[in-house]
Amino acid sequence: MSQKAVELILMRQLASSLAMPIFLVDPAGNLLFYNEPAEQLLGSRYDETGEMSVGQWSSLFTPIGEDGAPLPGEALPLDIALHKHRAAHLAFWIRGLDGVSRKIGATAFPLEGQGGRQLGAVGIFWEQP
Amino acid sequence: MRVTLWGTRGSLAVPGPETVRYGGNTACVEVRGKRNALLVLDAGTGIQRLGAMVRGGRGRIDLLLTHLHMDHIQGLGFFEPLYERGREIHIWGPPSPTLDLRTRLARYLSPPLFPIRLRDLPCRLTLHNAPPERFEVGGLEVEAALVCHPGSTVGYRISEGTRSLAYLPDHEPALGLREFPGEPEWTSGFDLAAGADLLIHDAQYTTEEYQKRVGWGHSSIRDAIAFATVAGARRFVPFHHDPTHDDAMLDCIDSVVRTGDLPFGFVAGTEGATFEV
Repeated sequence: MSQKAVELILMRQLASSLAMPIFLVDPAGNLLFYNEPAEQLLGSRYDETGEMSVGQWSSLFTPIGEDGAPLPGEALPLDIALHKHRAAHLAFWIRGLDGVSRKIGATAFPLEGQGGRQLGAVGIFWEQP
Repeated sequence: MRVTLWGTRGSLAVPGPETVRYGGNTACVEVRGKRNALLVLDAGTGIQRLGAMVRGGRGRIDLLLTHLHMDHIQGLGFFEPLYERGREIHIWGPPSPTLDLRTRLARYLSPPLFPIRLRDLPCRLTLHNAPPERFEVGGLEVEAALVCHPGSTVGYRISEGTRSLAYLPDHEPALGLREFPGEPEWTSGFDLAAGADLLIHDAQYTTEEYQKRVGWGHSSIRDAIAFATVAGARRFVPFHHDPTHDDAMLDCIDSVVRTGDLPFGFVAGTEGATFEV
């Protein structure tokens, strides 16, 4: 198993120290890491799940728009950050594994390394009042 | 390959009677391949003595810089082969997203910091960003990768056949971790050091000193040993000694380390030491 890029390692170390829920994904959208506050949103612990494929982790909660309709994946900030290589923000509702609906704000930005290497993206979620 | 330490000190050159055994010169390591290729790792003040040894030769010299902090480039202007007309010298350094290596080095090698300009050197000088893919120099395979240290900093792995040297003189893989070491996959520098026959690694601080200098980009001797253990290095050389650590203190650290049950050979990082890899 090869080592992650140092930029991802440093991002994980920063995320581990912050109080906002943070998700770190690779260029394909696979979930590489989520911190303790994010564990509460997902309803599972990183130490137990480890990395998750994009299909696995996107099925853990259902994003719903302000109009009550499910949001397509391409509307989500992380998807925009990964595929359009720009920062994005959106407020929407999610229903996690615990069945509770929460309004959250999500901001995502791409991680681009030197030489134009696409390393993945970071998603920051927090509950909206 | 043969590896010689010309400078082992970190941060600041500290020549004097109290550092005479471990050495007072800053980072510089000579690597000689079987075909006599010469790689020089970093251009700390130790490079001045190396330059006197190799002056007048005809062979190409490849100088690999890990980063451009002063203790790693201060000797550059005193490396005699740079002043030899026609001598082929290649300098490799960490990439930057904004400035090329020549521009960054010229900040030091130009007035008012230095009297000679980089562009006025008579040797045949070529500068390269260390590429992310492996490259070959005189039969030696070189791999560079970014590592955890402030600013753009790379470590190097140099291989010849099945033998390998890993050089990470400035490295803080424990930064931000509650427990170190963690998983290899999430450990800065792991791929460079994995299974290396010789690992030269930052061991600047005692555990107590490190607690006051977290984020400065260096390792405690304890973390360096943990890193060497995770990486499965066969021999480990502590390097980048703190300028406040005199020979007596380094002897003391050395003796404490040797009381442990180490899974690798532990060799003191002393100026002048030579290793066959």
